[in-house]
Amino acid sequence: MSTDVTAAMSADMSTDMSTDVIAVPRSTGWLAHANPLSKLAAALLLTLALLLTIDWASSTVALVCELTIFPLAGVSIRALVVRGWPILAAALVGGYGTALLAPKTGGVLLDWGPLVFTEGSLESGLAIVLRGIAIALPGIILLASTDPTDLADSLAQNLRLPHRFVLGALAALRLVGLMIEEWQTLGMARRARGVGSNVGFLGRFTASVGQGLALLVQAIRRATRLAATMEARGFGGRQRTWARESNVGVIDVWVLTAGVIITGASLTAAIALHTWNPVWT
Amino acid sequence: MGFPKNHGNDGVRPAAVSAAGWGWQHSGRTRKAIADLNLTIEPGERVLLLGPSGAGKSTLLHALAGVLGGDEEASEFGRLLIDGRPAAEQRGRSGLMQQDPDSQVVLSRLGDDVAFGAENLSVPREEIWLRVHESLDAVGLNLPLDHPTSRLSGGQKQRLGLAGILAMRPGLILLDEPTANLDPAGVLEVRDAVVRTLDRTGATLVVVEHRVAIWADVATRIVVLEPGGGVMIDGSPANVLNQARRMLIGAGVWVPGFVPETRSRVNPPTDQNGGLRGTDGSVLLSASGLGVSRRRSNRRHPVTPVVAGLSAEVRAGLALSITGPNGVGKSTVALTLGGLLPAARGEVVASAVLHREAGPDPFAWTGSELIARIGTVFQEPEHQFVTGNVLDELNFGPRRLGRGEERVDDLLQRLRLTHLTAANPFTLSGGEKRRLSVATVLAASPQVLVLDEPTFGQDANTWAELAGLLTELLDAGTAVVSVTHDEEFTKVLGGRRLHLEPDRVVLEALA
Repeated sequence: MSTDVTAAMSADMSTDMSTDVIAVPRSTGWLAHANPLSKLAAALLLTLALLLTIDWASSTVALVCELTIFPLAGVSIRALVVRGWPILAAALVGGYGTALLAPKTGGVLLDWGPLVFTEGSLESGLAIVLRGIAIALPGIILLASTDPTDLADSLAQNLRLPHRFVLGALAALRLVGLMIEEWQTLGMARRARGVGSNVGFLGRFTASVGQGLALLVQAIRRATRLAATMEARGFGGRQRTWARESNVGVIDVWVLTAGVIITGASLTAAIALHTWNPVWT
Repeated sequence: MGFPKNHGNDGVRPAAVSAAGWGWQHSGRTRKAIADLNLTIEPGERVLLLGPSGAGKSTLLHALAGVLGGDEEASEFGRLLIDGRPAAEQRGRSGLMQQDPDSQVVLSRLGDDVAFGAENLSVPREEIWLRVHESLDAVGLNLPLDHPTSRLSGGQKQRLGLAGILAMRPGLILLDEPTANLDPAGVLEVRDAVVRTLDRTGATLVVVEHRVAIWADVATRIVVLEPGGGVMIDGSPANVLNQARRMLIGAGVWVPGFVPETRSRVNPPTDQNGGLRGTDGSVLLSASGLGVSRRRSNRRHPVTPVVAGLSAEVRAGLALSITGPNGVGKSTVALTLGGLLPAARGEVVASAVLHREAGPDPFAWTGSELIARIGTVFQEPEHQFVTGNVLDELNFGPRRLGRGEERVDDLLQRLRLTHLTAANPFTLSGGEKRRLSVATVLAASPQVLVLDEPTFGQDANTWAELAGLLTELLDAGTAVVSVTHDEEFTKVLGGRRLHLEPDRVVLEALA
């Protein structure tokens, strides 16, 4: 019996463990302690108000306020940029297009053949960029500071939505992470049967279609087993108690007040500076 | 071992089970899953339920757990009672644990998951958290309540599932092959947690498991089901194992101290001083300085390999068994050798004998090139099913290669699948699925066979068939690479062992 080859290895257990998209580290920010419903209400109020008007004044006020309270969500600005860059990019592209196509009012700033920017068109473009970001941010703050389990608790306990649907959706959401992993395994398992290939775009595309169907089959089978587990734990009755209490407290008064103040300030700024530009005109 | 306490602690009232002429037929099936069952289980008994696959063990457990009701078209016969009332109406009197650890977890935080069952039974809040702590303590999971459940190992997930069941204070604990997907350490972890909780609560236990040795000392009674219906044998573990040993072995049950006889290798290569004898085993695949990872590496974000600096050879007619603790990267190594994952570091090179002008990098081969050279059998057979019936499944490989299907008949017979040619692969039993998944890969006649935990959860008959088939293939010059925790299996295949530990790799020859 011979023993040879002793090599250095590094073990990274986490790479072989299952992923769970909703089990990202819980936010430790101040806002994480607020009731998800009050955050939802505040975010909705501000978002709806900003949807009413396209102007730079209301958007700027809202954006400044949002960035000020952003640290309370427990997410660093760096993480925000990493997660939110598609929105930033989309807002910039939208703003550029608007500046290019908006009515050419005011003095000409740039005249470069078909590219003409005037003071008026640039203002419209800037308003679109700011508005886009200001509308997206409340949603990001809400998601970053809210645990899906807490949201489910408050939807069922405070809003009295049917608990069977809320908890069913929560359990299904957890499966999404498992499905991502399953997708990778399925790709390899099917290649081992000779389906599809690593080579060429078309090869990969056709392989993906069949793999999608296979994933669907696996998703249903897993969901069936999970449903049996939930049922075996007594799920599905008319009554249930809640181990976690979804509370409404002083912090929620602050959240709602902040929502109302930011919304009011934004709209006031637009009217005071005569930039109020409702979408319906 | 004393008889379990009948008066449980922790407010648990052990449940009594009785079946009278009970049977169940799933919708769309011509045969009953289980029929004419007459059985009485006294409160506090610990029953090990055995029987050949297809005897309806799982169906009985699911019925006792009250989770068979979803099938509206199914028909039930006779009566199945818990404490004298229909099992289906006894929500919360029983708790069921299934095989797949991932399907045991409902919520993303540890404490919430344990609380879930108790919440559903409308236990008051303060009481729930007392039970959560007690249950986690009983199963030995000493982790923070907000620990993410996705970060638990298979054995920990099963123990979490058990804690969730305990928090419901059920009088009847039902375990359906709870350790089939676990490594040896995980098996003991779960078994010991079950024993502790039974000693504490006195609850009645019914466990289904192929491997008797795990539960033989725990059970106070063994019940063997007849495939056609009814009970075949019923008695104390010692009596049943003595009297019915031969019959149990015939039914594929892993009786303690029994290793199935398998065909041994006719002319095994001998390995002297680390070198192989003369003509044995030309090199088919060689890995040098290999680093593996499931994540794709690119120039800007190089990944840290799970295993690094690994060198190994895969030789014709020689088995290579990859062993080591869970999570160390065994499967990842096998998948990389199998041309399914790119090497994160170093390289895997196919020799000219194997690649036959397809190029030296297995990962770059097309699907057809790959299956004719390297066949990989995944741990979960369902992942590899690509057609709607068993025959198409077997013909799939040869058709892709434009070959005749003459090998298929042989494989059908060899692996006892002939009577199932028209069946949908997803409807087969666990053993049948395993045999089919091996057969489908072999139908393309690869020179290298890679298997990921081929013996997990298999009964002794399927085990022996697999082992025998593989020694035949080895004798015929196929290379067999297997990832396994199964020492007996490794011994039968012989060849070499590649043992992975978090900090080192050891390659050794097996006698």
